[in-house]
Amino acid sequence: MITKRIIPCLDVKDGRVVKGVNFANLSDVSSPVALGKFYSDCGADELVFYDITASSDGRKLFTDILTEVARNIFIPLTVGGGINTLDDFDRVLKCGADKVSVNSGAIKNPELVKEAALKYGDQCVVISVDAKRVDGHFRVFAKGGREDTGMEAISWVKRCVQNGAGEVVLNSIDTDGVKKGFDLKMLEAVCDAVNVPVIASGGAGSAQDFVTLFQTLPGVSAGLAASIFHFGQVQISDLKQLLKQNGIPVRLTR
Amino acid sequence: MIVIIDYGVGNLFSLSSSFRAIGYDVVISREREVIEKADKLILPGVGAFEDAVKKLRDSGLDETVIQQAKKGTPLMGICLGMQMLFEKSYEYGEHEGLGLLKGDVIGMAGAIPEDLNIPHIGWNALIFKKDNPLFKYISNGDFVYFVHSYYAVARDDSVIATTEYGKEMTAMVAKGNIFGCQFHPEKSGDVGLNILKAFCEME
Repeated sequence: MITKRIIPCLDVKDGRVVKGVNFANLSDVSSPVALGKFYSDCGADELVFYDITASSDGRKLFTDILTEVARNIFIPLTVGGGINTLDDFDRVLKCGADKVSVNSGAIKNPELVKEAALKYGDQCVVISVDAKRVDGHFRVFAKGGREDTGMEAISWVKRCVQNGAGEVVLNSIDTDGVKKGFDLKMLEAVCDAVNVPVIASGGAGSAQDFVTLFQTLPGVSAGLAASIFHFGQVQISDLKQLLKQNGIPVRLTR
Repeated sequence: MIVIIDYGVGNLFSLSSSFRAIGYDVVISREREVIEKADKLILPGVGAFEDAVKKLRDSGLDETVIQQAKKGTPLMGICLGMQMLFEKSYEYGEHEGLGLLKGDVIGMAGAIPEDLNIPHIGWNALIFKKDNPLFKYISNGDFVYFVHSYYAVARDDSVIATTEYGKEMTAMVAKGNIFGCQFHPEKSGDVGLNILKAFCEME
């Protein structure tokens, strides 16, 4: 039986992990390689690296460090941030990324998903959507959630999947940072609309939130989170035990 | 020497890194002379069957792979590389494979319950079907990472492990010196590395 995936997400700036990651047993808490290895050893099923660097020098540092991560960590790696062209796909795939997550780049140029899926395969293209309720509708926001695009989120996700996106990351701006659980209503609407794996993001505040997520919405394939893992609030190995005790299929490592 | 056959499909960086991680040197090559001298061969593959098999034929390496396999060189196909070991694939049409194993590659659509997502992406458990040296360092029920929309149906006794996704599907094959993994051992953590290690250690 296929297992539910637990995915920690790391923001990288100038080749270093940002957002004050806090682990007593890690000497270099901002090294993507050390942190990636730590999470991989804890049982993370996949890693997501977001490049939040703006400068081209920072980009170079990011791809260098990505190469180093890929050389040392043997679980799937997804890379996002600043993906606007096929060249950007090429740049990160060459460094060892398995999947590329595209967000604002697809909003600017909806053909990007189609072109990338044709060139690299559906399995390689992840559409990441930041969505928020506006007047009772789910709307797509761009630029890290700052700009309302006016587009309806469910039809946008459907369109991207029709164009070849192989997975969907749904980040609810309404629940993000609130730490009171995932946005089950919004996730349900997306799961009903597409037949590719849906990854829930935004709102995890405790291990129980993941249990609720997978019990309420068996169609959700994975849960993604950042701060609760980074601050050691939830240990991935404990989380997986809890999920297992609740009858949710997970991969336990020996 | 282990040679990863480079016929212009996919990224071989992770695959070569994983062999280095377990202490084996690998060569990535599309040179016939290099492939003919290999102790072990890896046939990788991602993307569409037709495109991959065409690239392999255009490079002229299909004959070399078949010839080396028949000479007894251990050969492991990975993901699409495993599917190419079979006779035929029905992915967007009907395409001939290398025919080293008897069977076809068919789509999951229509073959599994509709509520399951396609592709089959994620970690799933191996179900051992018969003993094999590839299992030396792993156990029945261990998890490996799959990404595929088509699966192989063998017409011989080559299936050594399956996985359950709406139905039992071929996960690993072995027949004599020919081996295959539908999943990505290079992305399956320690379990995957241990499968590669067992392959490298074969006589």
